[in-house]
Amino acid sequence: MHHSIEIEGLTFSYPDGHEALNDVSLVIKPCEKVALVGPNGAGKSTLILHLNGILSGSGSVRVCGMKVGKDTLGRVRAMVGLVFQSPDDQLFSPRVYDDVAYGPLYQGLPLQTVQERVEESLAAVAMSDYSQRISHHLSMGEKKRIAIATVLSMKPEVLVLDEPTAGLAPRARRSLINLLHELPLTMLVSTHDMPLVKDLFPRMVILDQGRVVADGPTSVLMEDKELLDAHGLERPF
Amino acid sequence: MLLSPVAMHIPDGFLSVLVSIVLWIVSIVIVGYALKRVGKDLGERQVPLMGVLAAAIFAGQMLNFAVAGGTSGHLMGAAIATILMGPWAAILIMTSVVSIQALIFQDGGLLVLGANIFNMAIVGVAVAYMAYRTVLRITGNVKRGILIGGFVAAWFSIEIASLSVAMQLVFSGTSPAKLAIPAMAGVHALIGIGEGLITVGALAFLLSARPDLVKFGGTRPIGGRLVWLVGLLVTLALVIASPLASTRPDGLEWVAKQNGFLETARGPLYRIIPDYLVPGISSEALATIAAGILGTAIVLGVSLGVAYSRRNRQTSGG
Amino acid sequence: MHIHFLDPYQGGHSPIHRTDARVKLVLSVGFILTTALIPIGVWPIYVLLFAMVISFVILSGVGVGYVLKRAALAFPFVLAALPLIFTTPGLQLFSLTLGTWEIPVTLPGVERFFSIALKSWISVQAAILLTATTQFPDILTAMRAVRVPRLLVAIIGLMWRYLFVLADEALRLIRARAARSGEAEIPGHRKGGRIAWRAQTAGGMAGNLFLRSIERSDRIYVAMLSRGYDGEVRSMPLPKLEASNWIELILGGGILILLVVLSLLIWE
Repeated sequence: MHHSIEIEGLTFSYPDGHEALNDVSLVIKPCEKVALVGPNGAGKSTLILHLNGILSGSGSVRVCGMKVGKDTLGRVRAMVGLVFQSPDDQLFSPRVYDDVAYGPLYQGLPLQTVQERVEESLAAVAMSDYSQRISHHLSMGEKKRIAIATVLSMKPEVLVLDEPTAGLAPRARRSLINLLHELPLTMLVSTHDMPLVKDLFPRMVILDQGRVVADGPTSVLMEDKELLDAHGLERPF
Repeated sequence: MLLSPVAMHIPDGFLSVLVSIVLWIVSIVIVGYALKRVGKDLGERQVPLMGVLAAAIFAGQMLNFAVAGGTSGHLMGAAIATILMGPWAAILIMTSVVSIQALIFQDGGLLVLGANIFNMAIVGVAVAYMAYRTVLRITGNVKRGILIGGFVAAWFSIEIASLSVAMQLVFSGTSPAKLAIPAMAGVHALIGIGEGLITVGALAFLLSARPDLVKFGGTRPIGGRLVWLVGLLVTLALVIASPLASTRPDGLEWVAKQNGFLETARGPLYRIIPDYLVPGISSEALATIAAGILGTAIVLGVSLGVAYSRRNRQTSGG
Repeated sequence: MHIHFLDPYQGGHSPIHRTDARVKLVLSVGFILTTALIPIGVWPIYVLLFAMVISFVILSGVGVGYVLKRAALAFPFVLAALPLIFTTPGLQLFSLTLGTWEIPVTLPGVERFFSIALKSWISVQAAILLTATTQFPDILTAMRAVRVPRLLVAIIGLMWRYLFVLADEALRLIRARAARSGEAEIPGHRKGGRIAWRAQTAGGMAGNLFLRSIERSDRIYVAMLSRGYDGEVRSMPLPKLEASNWIELILGGGILILLVVLSLLIWE
């Protein structure tokens, strides 16, 4: 059986010469929930974009057993659901329905299936009544949920989220955490929200200056005050 | 309309049907060609860029600044769109802006939308492109050249587009040439200065923050020569025709009278229907009666509809 | 902070709201075309058109006051047609004396001017009714139905989606400018600086807005890519037009044609 994500020796530099990732290796098993933490500019977002073949560096990235490359892009993008930090960037269609249908539509699925997918995904994030709503009328918490539905509709195996709780009020944050907890998918979440990491993720990976500096059980790493301090992280109470 | 960009957006009712339809056809052909060009030459990444930039131009029109006497300078945006994106994408961006203004905000009419697209998205962009390239050719692709080019392009795009508006009003018999043309030209010579200053301010900001974005000063877009030529021809035609038309309006107004679609179409149609359909009652009187009956029927139908939907609401509500 | 005032759609459940957007778009444009086709001075038909539009406004429950007030927005343009009163040759009603100038006011001129103003006013009301009762995404569908190219519809759709986001950003910039526009306590010192400087500030803000929007479009592009975007614009197939939609279209079109014919008969 294959792993959900296998990254080996991944190195990437931006065109301006800035090295964002340096020899990163990471293996995530199916249905594992992993938190990706580290200071700003550590390379978290860059790493995430590699999982979907939007950026490609040297080294190898495999998703669900497939090597990410030009010929597998379509499949890979369907297997890995990427939810970006700002839902205003993620929800680019006028209406919720069109946004959730976007992924399945580009997979070329028959209309009937597209409709079923939209209904299922909206139900999964408890937003079934919202399909005809206009995206810009929604609250931040609602937008975040819909943003997750837009990738669930592609039936991904891996869900990758960038800062899911940023900008949420406490109640909306709590309800989003409950939702993430219930979704039966492999999950890699980049975040600064340490209480979220403690609540939801048994495993945590610390990235700093493009390198994996620690990878282990959250309960162990959270106790290592020295390690957390060294990488600008704070232990939650 | 004085000193407001609204003067550029013609509402419905001010252009004759013939002028509206001809300009619809011209705009459809040119925008269709621009769509083809953009689809072929520019990458797929241009689609979100054009959409968001169009929204930014619309939002940018909110950023007015006080000029004098309670008036304010605004942005039309054809010049800045052309400088940032090249002429073909700029045509599509301005077409989107003008369409949304008409469809949502009634800033400009629907039947005359083709004319408004022609004036702002096609004339505005072609003239801005022509002016900008010409200035850059003289100064070279340096910062000063880009700023001067931006100002000149913005001013010319406004001024020439306004002459185009004036001509259409004259052709439609809505405005007499000897007043409309000098008035539009004069007012927009001032508005153009505002457009120019904002465009320069925006370019200066972008040149210091992200000089790579002000890119097309260096490379010539495909089909650019054509746009340059069209821009030049439109400019020359309007600049030469306008003073002629306003000093010797007889010819133009004769055309205006001739083109009134109905003035020409009515004759044969009128002859089909005999003067007296019913003995003793002229067909004119008959038509008035028919119109009255039709009107009563419509109003009655609608009021029944209102009553019916009200009752429905009450029964479903209570 | 959200800009809702920008969206003129008014929710409701009237028969007008429920009518298919494609029917509404075609009939609205048809109505405006009809209004444009009615010759100068055929007042009975103008009254009919006005009665029609107002009836539909009442039926929609949008509010007559709202529509009439919004319709006044197009009024300033009437200035463009004002000179017609004086320049159209014909029977002279009276003349205005301006100093040594004597300007004749003619009957055909007055008739022409008021016809243009009235027709424009009626047309604007029809357009307002369309946007007040139709959500914009439905208008986008209607645009596809009348064969507007997909690429253009996609760009207009994206523009509409981000109109509100960017208008919010523009408002924040305006507020930030207002918050820093103090007055110096120097006697005789004019506030606000020179016009060129003010324009530069406004231009800088516009540039700022463009920069942000370009950066945002990069993020949107990535979000589109990650959901399979391949450069081709795809959209859901259009729902089929039902028989009732066709009946509405034919009935509406028939009445409009009838109005044009009647107006030609009345016109003299």
